[in-house]
Amino acid sequence: MIKNIECIDLEVTEIISLHKNFYKLRLTPPKWDWNVGQFVMIRPNDWGFDPFLPRPFSISQLDDEKLEIFFQVVGRGTYLLSHLKPKNKVKVWGPLGKGFKINLNLPILIIAGGMGIAPFVGFIKNHPNPEKIEVIFGHRMPLSCYPISEFPKQILIWTIEDKNEKDLEKLKRAIKVKIEGYSSDGQILACGPLPFLKMIFSECYTKRTHVQFSLERPMACGIGACLSCVIPSPHGENFKVCMDGPVFLCEDLSILFKQQPLIMP
Amino acid sequence: MDLSVKIGNLFLKNPILTASGTFGYGIEYSPFGDLKTLGGIIVKGLSLKPRTGNPGVRICETPCGMLNAIGLENIGVERFIREKLPYLPWRDTAIIANLYGEDISEFEELTKIVASREEIAGLEVNISCPNVKKGGILFGQDAKAAAKVCEAVKKNAKDKTVIIKLSPSVQDITHIAKTVEKAGADAVSLINTIPAMAVDIYSRTPKLTNVIGGLSGPAIKPIALKMVFDVAQSIDIPVIGMGGISNVEDVFEFILVGAHAVQIGSANFTNPKVSFEIVNKLEDIAKRLNINKISDFRGTLKRPIKDQ
Ligand SMILES: Cc1cc2nc3c(=O)[nH]c(=O)nc-3n(C[C@H](O)[C@H](O)[C@H](O)COP(=O)(O)OP(=O)(O)OC[C@H]3O[C@@H](n4cnc5c(N)ncnc54)[C@H](O)[C@@H]3O)c2cc1C
Ligand SMILES: Cc1cc2nc3c(=O)[nH]c(=O)nc-3n(C[C@H](O)[C@H](O)[C@H](O)COP(=O)(O)O)c2cc1C
Ligand code: FES
Repeated sequence: MIKNIECIDLEVTEIISLHKNFYKLRLTPPKWDWNVGQFVMIRPNDWGFDPFLPRPFSISQLDDEKLEIFFQVVGRGTYLLSHLKPKNKVKVWGPLGKGFKINLNLPILIIAGGMGIAPFVGFIKNHPNPEKIEVIFGHRMPLSCYPISEFPKQILIWTIEDKNEKDLEKLKRAIKVKIEGYSSDGQILACGPLPFLKMIFSECYTKRTHVQFSLERPMACGIGACLSCVIPSPHGENFKVCMDGPVFLCEDLSILFKQQPLIMP
Repeated sequence: MDLSVKIGNLFLKNPILTASGTFGYGIEYSPFGDLKTLGGIIVKGLSLKPRTGNPGVRICETPCGMLNAIGLENIGVERFIREKLPYLPWRDTAIIANLYGEDISEFEELTKIVASREEIAGLEVNISCPNVKKGGILFGQDAKAAAKVCEAVKKNAKDKTVIIKLSPSVQDITHIAKTVEKAGADAVSLINTIPAMAVDIYSRTPKLTNVIGGLSGPAIKPIALKMVFDVAQSIDIPVIGMGGISNVEDVFEFILVGAHAVQIGSANFTNPKVSFEIVNKLEDIAKRLNINKISDFRGTLKRPIKDQ
């Protein structure tokens, strides 16, 4: 049923610009039990009535010092967030949704597109055995926009700039080869824009490979009450991305990606 | 301080209800406050059979508000009764079922089912949803149809209070209100969302897949306030006001123009604790307004000051 969700006013401690339009927002840390892939709803107290809705963001890192959100300015809400100052108060509710199921002892392949890296930042930095992690990172903006340089040296990371058709082919090939490599004895986690996820989905759909996908949908409540974030599910009833997700299994997404239902081995 | 309100057979410990569709089945908000403290909970619109609602993008932010085109997705009345109702604090707060039927017989069926449940204190009849093809706003825009739905529900509602939820997109809302009053309604609630749209000039597409949706939030409050004001003066049954209510001052504005109770809607999205916080502030503001009973304040709007 309802887990340890709470809504609290947190204080901005720091806002760090990695690059024009790319920011880390640090808040005073709440004491939460949480999983990689879970998210929060954020709404600064001084927004008044406009912008009206809160904004969903992955928990990028959460430890004794900070709750960190990594975000890109893409519209008015994120623009206003980038202008927050230390001591500003923001309303935050979380930890929301279901995160990734991860076995720390098994090798992990992370496939992230652009801001899709956000949920994994703290996980990659704090993994007890970073050599178990391999990352394929597709990106459009310069690498310096993303906190990649903070990752431990032991992880294997393939950064692929995705600017044109040729790059895309390269990315597709890399994904294909790596998914095959991890299909039998590893875990594959994916997060990124929908077309990016669709590409990964086609690969794992034909190969029947287990992949966990993190999705984004417009949200208003974040807690399963408004039904604005739903996607069709293979069971007839919709999935609420905010509660049943945002992390889904490959077989959950067959209807969303217009494929026949999938029975996994 | 007496904050209680009577609406038909319905006893509310305070005038704060949560609006249908913005508070889930109630349970979703239990991490944010004690549901028992609310005057009542109006659950997501229920239909006879489960509905999956509209496909695609269903919400979109607008200045001081939002559009929604959920399309009345719900788990159906049977599953609601089995899976949600037992977890709601129905002995301590009024649980009100919001009903949606595509036709009169569906409304009758639904009413029979919910009226037989002791856990349910009242029925709110949605004849004003702009996001469905059948029923919904079509009933609410036609006085005769509205009266028919009202009679059908009332006939099967046993002793449950029947609240008819009115649409703002009618020529004269007082006419519909008077008609349903005659048809036996115990109360009316208003307003439902206002049909509206938003578009993107770069992609030349509507922002909602359904093209149109319902506008809610503070943007519609002045419209809602006027409609509550007009309706409260034209009928004798209680009026439940809503539309953009976001804080305790807004609550008293609606009571001042004649509302018996109010509903908190989209504001729950901006702060999931807001309904509970409003309840907590009622006594304080009542003191500041120098009133001992909510009813002392209801409909006491004065004439405008001359020479202003
Ligand atoms: C579970 C989840 C986790 C997310 N994690 C991150 C993250 O870690 N870092 C990050 O930069 N972004 C993340 N996003 C996307 C982020 O929420 C949007 O970029 C942001 O809401 C855009 O707001 P805006 O006002 O700047 O843009 P506008 O386009 O002006 O926003 C208008 C409306 O559309 C909604 N919206 C716009 N884009 C998206 C989107 N991609 N997904 C959902 N709603 C959207 C907004 O919430 C708002 O209601 C996440 C989204 C979800 C659902
Ligand atoms: C996401 C959403 C879903 C809604 N679903 C319903 C519903 O199922 N039945 C109903 O009668 N009204 C529904 N409404 C309308 C609200 O109950 C309320 O009448 C309207 O939002 C105006 O109040 P507000 O401005 O405070 O939100 C919904 C509103 C929203 C925003
Ligand atoms: S965001 Fe409200 S149900 Fe998912």
